[in-house]
Amino acid sequence: MKITDFEIYKDLLREKSGLLLSQDQSYILESRLNPVAKKWGYDSLEAMTMVLQGVPDEDLITDIVEEMMMMDTSFFADEASFEALKNIALPQIKDTHKKKKIRIWSAGCSSGQEPYSLAIMLKDAAAQFPGCSFDILATDISDNVLEQAREGLYTQFEVQRGLPIHLLMEYFTQIDESWKVNKSIQKMVSFKKLNLMHPFTKMGAFDVILCCNTLNHFGKAERIDVLNRLADAMTPGGFLMLGKEDTPSDMPERFKAVPETQALFTLA
Amino acid sequence: MKSCLIIDDSRVVRKVARRIIQDLGFECLEADNGYSACELCEDKMPDAVLLDWNMPVMSGLEFIERLRQMDNGAHPKVVFCTAEIDMKHIERAMSAGANEYIMKPFDNEIIEAKFIQIGLLDRKSA
Repeated sequence: MKITDFEIYKDLLREKSGLLLSQDQSYILESRLNPVAKKWGYDSLEAMTMVLQGVPDEDLITDIVEEMMMMDTSFFADEASFEALKNIALPQIKDTHKKKKIRIWSAGCSSGQEPYSLAIMLKDAAAQFPGCSFDILATDISDNVLEQAREGLYTQFEVQRGLPIHLLMEYFTQIDESWKVNKSIQKMVSFKKLNLMHPFTKMGAFDVILCCNTLNHFGKAERIDVLNRLADAMTPGGFLMLGKEDTPSDMPERFKAVPETQALFTLA
Repeated sequence: MKSCLIIDDSRVVRKVARRIIQDLGFECLEADNGYSACELCEDKMPDAVLLDWNMPVMSGLEFIERLRQMDNGAHPKVVFCTAEIDMKHIERAMSAGANEYIMKPFDNEIIEAKFIQIGLLDRKSA
């Protein structure tokens, strides 16, 4: 891909989604956007890039952004953080803050593995949280992944990455060679489309926010902006869980790392 | 070094699995059916077993039932790795004493994830 073409996509993605591409990711751009160009009837990626320099269709821009924002994910992607959530964060919210109705937000939920892992973990540990109810909201920028998330249908490969067999047996039903999340888990999660670059104050406050492996793809200014707005969306005593590999060195001072955890934060 | 016994009647599957499991830091032994595998276990009990279901001479299910009766037969963590991908087979395997279950085809990420889940690898070394 020509550097000038790469710059067009880089600027577009940064403006629309906060995603920051580096030059060495131009191959990802090509592999993901060639199918988009084909879908829109362009002969090549170059032809689509030419159109982007004029006044392109907003739906084309949406398709490009959604395709590039798709993140690789798996069930219980960061098991240690899930354990910290169960054994440190949630008991504190329940006992110290005496909360019975706990609101959790999975921000950047991709195809649903993260919020369903959370729901499965909570169902499995119900005895630890007597009298508590959990409301899980999961959001993503992409309609395509949200559709899969809502359906809750996963391939054999997807369920085998991170999901122990006893949880698969208990909380999934086999349909041919795919596996569907059981209704008891599905009804714990609601899905909604959201671009983290846009305001989210109307969604209210959350006791726990998970934002894993999303912010590390953002530019620094956009990342800090989102983190500050996530802090605004946390209840007093609430927790933020990031991916273990995307905990930034420039974390705003409003956050305080929870000792002995890799990616769990409270408000300072 | 931990050891893993790979039991599968396909030489190709054993070769692929061996490469993956050696990369995870295990010493690997191989058997092409459950009976030969029992003999190897009587000689020296492995720490892990990757186990196919359908094999000549002795199936994976018969093997695990015999293994769990042997002295120290509770020690190995057994991961079924089979093309039998329906819930009934999974339930039978787990009832017979398997620790995890991989539905073929598999790749290195799946084997690594399963080995971590059952404590054969710790998260840091993975």
